[in-house]
Amino acid sequence: MDILRFATAGSVDDGKSTLIGRLLFDSKAIFEDQLEAVERTSRDRGTEYTDLSLLTDGLRAEREQGITIDVAYRYFATPRRKFIIADTPGHIQYTRNMVTGASTADLAIILIDARKGVLEQSRRHAFLTSLLRVPHLVLAVNKMDLVDYSQERFEEIREEFTAFASKLNIGDLTFIPISALNGDNVVSRSESMPWYNGSSLLHHLENVHIASDRNLVDVRFPVQYVIRPQKATDHAFHDYRGYAGQVAGGVLKPGDEVVHLPSGLATRIASIDTFDGPVEEAFPPMSVTLRFEDDIDISRGDMIARPNNQPQVAQELEAMVCWMGDSVKLAPRSKLTIKHTTRTARALVRDLHYRLDVNTLHRDEEATSLGLNEIGRVSLRVTQPLFVDDYARNRLTGGFILVDEATNGTVGAGMITDVR
Amino acid sequence: MLQRDYTTSQLDVLEAEAIHIMREVAAEFERPCLLFSGGKDSIVMLRIAEKAFWPAPIPFPLMHVDTGHNFDEVIEFRDRRVQELGARLIVASVQASIDAGRVVEDTGRRASRNRLQTTTLLDAIEDHEFDAVFGGARRDEEKARAKERVFSFRDDFGQWDPKNQRPELWNLYNARIRKGEHIRVFPLSNWTELDVWDYIRREGIEIPSIYFAHTRKVFERDGMLLPDADVVHRGDDEPLIEAVVRYRTVGDMTCTGAVQSTAATVEEIIEEIAATRITERGATRADDRASEAAMEDRKREGYF
Repeated sequence: MDILRFATAGSVDDGKSTLIGRLLFDSKAIFEDQLEAVERTSRDRGTEYTDLSLLTDGLRAEREQGITIDVAYRYFATPRRKFIIADTPGHIQYTRNMVTGASTADLAIILIDARKGVLEQSRRHAFLTSLLRVPHLVLAVNKMDLVDYSQERFEEIREEFTAFASKLNIGDLTFIPISALNGDNVVSRSESMPWYNGSSLLHHLENVHIASDRNLVDVRFPVQYVIRPQKATDHAFHDYRGYAGQVAGGVLKPGDEVVHLPSGLATRIASIDTFDGPVEEAFPPMSVTLRFEDDIDISRGDMIARPNNQPQVAQELEAMVCWMGDSVKLAPRSKLTIKHTTRTARALVRDLHYRLDVNTLHRDEEATSLGLNEIGRVSLRVTQPLFVDDYARNRLTGGFILVDEATNGTVGAGMITDVR
Repeated sequence: MLQRDYTTSQLDVLEAEAIHIMREVAAEFERPCLLFSGGKDSIVMLRIAEKAFWPAPIPFPLMHVDTGHNFDEVIEFRDRRVQELGARLIVASVQASIDAGRVVEDTGRRASRNRLQTTTLLDAIEDHEFDAVFGGARRDEEKARAKERVFSFRDDFGQWDPKNQRPELWNLYNARIRKGEHIRVFPLSNWTELDVWDYIRREGIEIPSIYFAHTRKVFERDGMLLPDADVVHRGDDEPLIEAVVRYRTVGDMTCTGAVQSTAATVEEIIEEIAATRITERGATRADDRASEAAMEDRKREGYF
């Protein structure tokens, strides 16, 4: 059994909470005491139906204001897969929250109300899914019961959205007509839509192939931590020196020739160690410890790659940045801390090329700063070389965060572009 | 040639993520510590720490906030496990906080030291100048926890501000703090109760005996089965009964209920949990029943 992480986007009006509630309920991930608590609260508030959003909106302020503040993580499993849902609110702080949820997602579900069709909000969600390179997108056309399960309406929405999506980078796009309220095509195929030949939503989530979404081609191993036991009592490990980290790309095997960056020195992998014994190969997302045949000076923040397949060593970066700071703006000459893989450095914003309108995709080249929830194309200069790939090629070696040096808050998320 | 399938099982993914988080903390903080209570989640967390730094010893101390009202079996287990690992254990005592006048003990039938632990914990973090504290909390446990970050920022009063959390993207964690502030780190954030048990089974990890079915004298209060013990104040209208029970969570005796169960092995426990219709905390924790937002309120003050 593997894990599928998916993000859901859409507002309460689109039936998102109802859909999540149904997935959780039908997979028995909602328990009796949780349901009772939700029913009690719904009744106390005078709501006629059981408001399943109360399951995810756990914070006092959310309950008081009837809004979703933050990304909520929910869990369920079927015999085929374990699922992690990053449920992102549709209205407040949507960009910041959706970017956060999408950064680790294998798949995104965007909900559309069949009566309303493709709205500005749907385009925005699709754009963010594409910007964050979520490999799979499902467009769930909800409330089909309210349009008489009309195939014509479904096809209309499909055509409109497909035309828009062709401007984006969306790898795998699937359309599913559903009624979250009635359960049509959610867990099992609906009898109300005989014209639909595809999978139910849950069947799709259970079967979509994700193992090959990880980059298994370009060997990338950011060194995270140096392990040196130095226990005088244990002579077996007296001279042990291992380099621990999580594989960010490619497949590593003992005996492979590798190159260390920044030194550029080549060596071979002597062994791949774990607590449970040495292993014959390591690939994403494994956390392992490498030992090398030669004694090279290696520290945290360094990178292991292959001699004939190396990341770019860069101090000048081009990136799309999503700004998340509320008290400060990003502008030319801003100084920030940048964290990329296991390396932390300082970064200077050299230029803001344009601010992107996420609704129209219009580029405003007159923009002089990025405010909260705005996205723009930025040039950065970094105090130390980073070992980078294009974000489109590897999300782990192409993504970075920006930290405000005054408040220590995480204020930006960046996706590196234009790597040779 | 057949294409190798690089599908990774859910336990391997969760373990790799938790190891990554632990190494990140060890690399970026000066003085981390790991909260170890002898409960199943902290036992799993300790195994992850063993794996993350092997063959080196775990590079930080363990800490237990001891209410003085713990089950003997769990304390015995805690000490044995610490000795096996050769780890350093700091015991922060709620009794000492009471004796020092830092907190005042509740009185009456429902008196519990559960909430007092927060002061003891925060005092210990300050005394030892810990800048990162590992906890075994999971997001599936409780709705306030569903929104908590893996690296959860605490101000210099130890408080959590749920409305002002740092966004967390990819596997990049922001470890920046000022002196006096700290980060609570939750490596098991994405694990469910069932994942924890599956992992215990897969790894063959030993757990305290009270997790398995045993005969115990208990009494019923608010639908929970509380143990017969000196520190639990039982009223005359609360008769003792002998029952076959086990514990689903392990905490302070005054607020941790047993469940009726005959599950005597890890396999039987997994079967039982897979079929249960009540959440772990709903079944066993009086502390969460105080109000709709009981956990959020305690967490804001600095609770685990």
